[in-house]
Amino acid sequence: MNKHYQLLIIGGGPAGLAAATTTAEQGVSCAVLDEQPAPGGQIYRAIESIPAQRAKQLGSEYLRGKKIAAAFRESNAEYYPDTKVWSLNKEREVGILQNNEANIISADKIIVASGAIERPVPFPGWTLPGVMQAGAGQILFKSAGIVPDNGVVLAGSGPLLLLLAWQYLHAGVEVKALLDVTPLGNHLTAMPKFPRALLAHHYLTKGIGYQIELKRAGIPMLFGVSELRAEGEDQCQRVCFKHAGKQKTIDSELLLTHFGVIPHTWLTQSADCKHQWDDSQQCWRPEHDEWGNTDIEGILVAGDGAGINGARSAEHAGRLAGFEVLFALGVISQAERDKQAAKDRKWMQDERHIRPFLEKYYQIPKNLLATADDKTIVCRCEEITAGEIRQAVRKGHDNTNQVKFYTRCGMGPCQGRQCSNAVAHIVADETAMPVEKMGHFRGRPPVAPLTLEQLASLKKDALS
Amino acid sequence: MNSDVLIIGGGLMGSSIALQLAMRGCRCTIVEKDSPGRHSSGVSAGGLRLLNRDPAEIPLSVEASRMWRDIESLLGSDCDARFPGQIRVAEDKADMEKLEQREALVRSLGYEHEEIIGKKELYQLVPALRPGCVGALINRTDGYARPYHALTAFRRKAESLGVKYCSSTEVYNLRKEGEGWEIRTSQGTFNSDILVNCAGAWANNISTLLGEPVPLTPKALMLMVTERLPHFVDPVMGAASRKLSFKQMQNGSLIIGGALVAKLDFEKGKTDIDWSQLAESADTVVSFFPQLKDVRIVRAWAGIESFMPDNIPVLSESQTQSNAYHAFGFSAHGFQLSPVIGKLMSELILDGRSELPIQPFHISRFN
Repeated sequence: MNKHYQLLIIGGGPAGLAAATTTAEQGVSCAVLDEQPAPGGQIYRAIESIPAQRAKQLGSEYLRGKKIAAAFRESNAEYYPDTKVWSLNKEREVGILQNNEANIISADKIIVASGAIERPVPFPGWTLPGVMQAGAGQILFKSAGIVPDNGVVLAGSGPLLLLLAWQYLHAGVEVKALLDVTPLGNHLTAMPKFPRALLAHHYLTKGIGYQIELKRAGIPMLFGVSELRAEGEDQCQRVCFKHAGKQKTIDSELLLTHFGVIPHTWLTQSADCKHQWDDSQQCWRPEHDEWGNTDIEGILVAGDGAGINGARSAEHAGRLAGFEVLFALGVISQAERDKQAAKDRKWMQDERHIRPFLEKYYQIPKNLLATADDKTIVCRCEEITAGEIRQAVRKGHDNTNQVKFYTRCGMGPCQGRQCSNAVAHIVADETAMPVEKMGHFRGRPPVAPLTLEQLASLKKDALS
Repeated sequence: MNSDVLIIGGGLMGSSIALQLAMRGCRCTIVEKDSPGRHSSGVSAGGLRLLNRDPAEIPLSVEASRMWRDIESLLGSDCDARFPGQIRVAEDKADMEKLEQREALVRSLGYEHEEIIGKKELYQLVPALRPGCVGALINRTDGYARPYHALTAFRRKAESLGVKYCSSTEVYNLRKEGEGWEIRTSQGTFNSDILVNCAGAWANNISTLLGEPVPLTPKALMLMVTERLPHFVDPVMGAASRKLSFKQMQNGSLIIGGALVAKLDFEKGKTDIDWSQLAESADTVVSFFPQLKDVRIVRAWAGIESFMPDNIPVLSESQTQSNAYHAFGFSAHGFQLSPVIGKLMSELILDGRSELPIQPFHISRFN
């Protein structure tokens, strides 16, 4: 590994791999830093090594990853798996951790392709063992073929929930119920966005196809579910909720939830890139132009980390960022960039037709984002409840960072990944102000925890 | 808006001064360019340290120490203060001599709060310390509190006595109006009889407006904090000849500091962590406590603070203007002093003199 590259790419999902392939082909010295053991990111996890049978169960969208990973392996881009990035600053210095050793390397250009995380939504009982995010269930399935053996209740909102139900159905898992918390009113408000979504009808037909199969298999799918909670002594035993005006209970030791995904912004925050509130996606994302340039010189974003648009879009955005880097490094001319980028720009446009509809349709209701249940723990690391957060606001700490100072929420090892958005929503709710006015937690490095010994291993000459 | 006293800067010092003035019946307004405690007050390590003070600060720090013991009666909150003592460890004979000289100096000034302890007592107090250290200097009454809680307690108490806080209010200009002041800010014009400069790292902007610039250097001091650990150490830890400073907080996490300076863009108010220094600091901690090597660091940050060339604050009336006062330049050890600063500055403002010896802190020392 060199100390300096022309281009460093953080993340080995579709955006990162496409960007690396695009630039390495033109002779740019380029390395991909990947937290995972192999290329693919979350969406195409284990794509190179997965057994054919399991791959089939995961569906055709997943298999697209094969080609992307293969092209990347063909290219001259360097690849560093199991490499944790723990800091990024505006001088484009990147703190990395490999084999317990910390180092700092730098680059002329950085493409942050950090992808998405599942939106954490605190609800009563969400911290009980046996309640997990659906993505975690998917990771176990993709990488190790592990599926629940005592059945599962799936709850939440968004396309991934449907996909996971379908995948579990094909893997022979008992899906006890699929509880959709999307308010029924969303169907109406999303309607004006529907005609444009028809331009990306393959997504719609796929979604409808899943629903038909699940229905045929007799899986109970309940829509308009509210008051979701998990109950049990030291372990999830029951899933309780309200449906069609009635309180209902399903016995289950496993509840997988999913409330959509949001960009992983901790690196761009740590680099001090400007972020904006995306009201439609109900999340913060880094500001960027059509090529992925942020407001910090030489730092670009691509893929879901720049705003949620899905895997196919991420691939196009990765290539566009790659072309932009080639232009900025003087490898190709502006005209050349524009010419080479034309197809990806067009395809990305096509991909995005579905988004406005999806975002309206799966919009998470406010009362879920800002839980009204005072006893629900919001910050798991520091065990701070929604009630304590509301109390702090009433005492005059009226933005997210002041609430953090006062209550310690967001100060634990997860660095606020689990509670950042929820705190902003609760503070906004309590102050009757829009969420974007609340700001997000100030990013504090390291972006990923490292031990005292690992930090001490940082070579003294690392920065000189 | 009219007030008797207008304080520039809503940190601990401004709040403490406002509180004491309000207790004596003054109407105070605090103007703060960001939010109260946004900078050094809110992000400090919260150390209540009398140990190893500059001789000039000792009388103030002794009084502050007394006030912290009884902080609840002043503020209606204990600020989560603990008093497990603070020590400076001697690693060898040379270190020990250095500490003995320090103890002798403090005794010669008539104080007995700094004590030498031998190896045996050191390991009784800190059994987790690596073997081979020879002794330490200790102040048994030192400790720590939670900075933002302290700030909030000062602020709440001050507000309950009528002090008004104006956040996001940046001072643009000062103009003498008769004997009083007209203060132009980003939120309009304020009028006040008396002006107090508690603007921390930005205090030189204010003293320059008063025609008496000072050699103040803003610096961003770094701290890092670890995940929570089972309780393993009581006193606040320092070392005689190495940059070590850490404490285990109320919740079990370690706060590690030691006067490490981050990169700072003062104009933009932006700081950037210098990892090579923190690496050295991590190395020092692990060398004193090898069992901590696998403890995870979860956060590092830097707060912007004012430093004077002699590392002691400016506490005095203005030498160019009547009805203007200064309290700034605490050089990264102001937290412990905060209650006493309110007391002595309110005396200086209302009585023209303080009971405490504050002459060494006069702004004229930079003339």
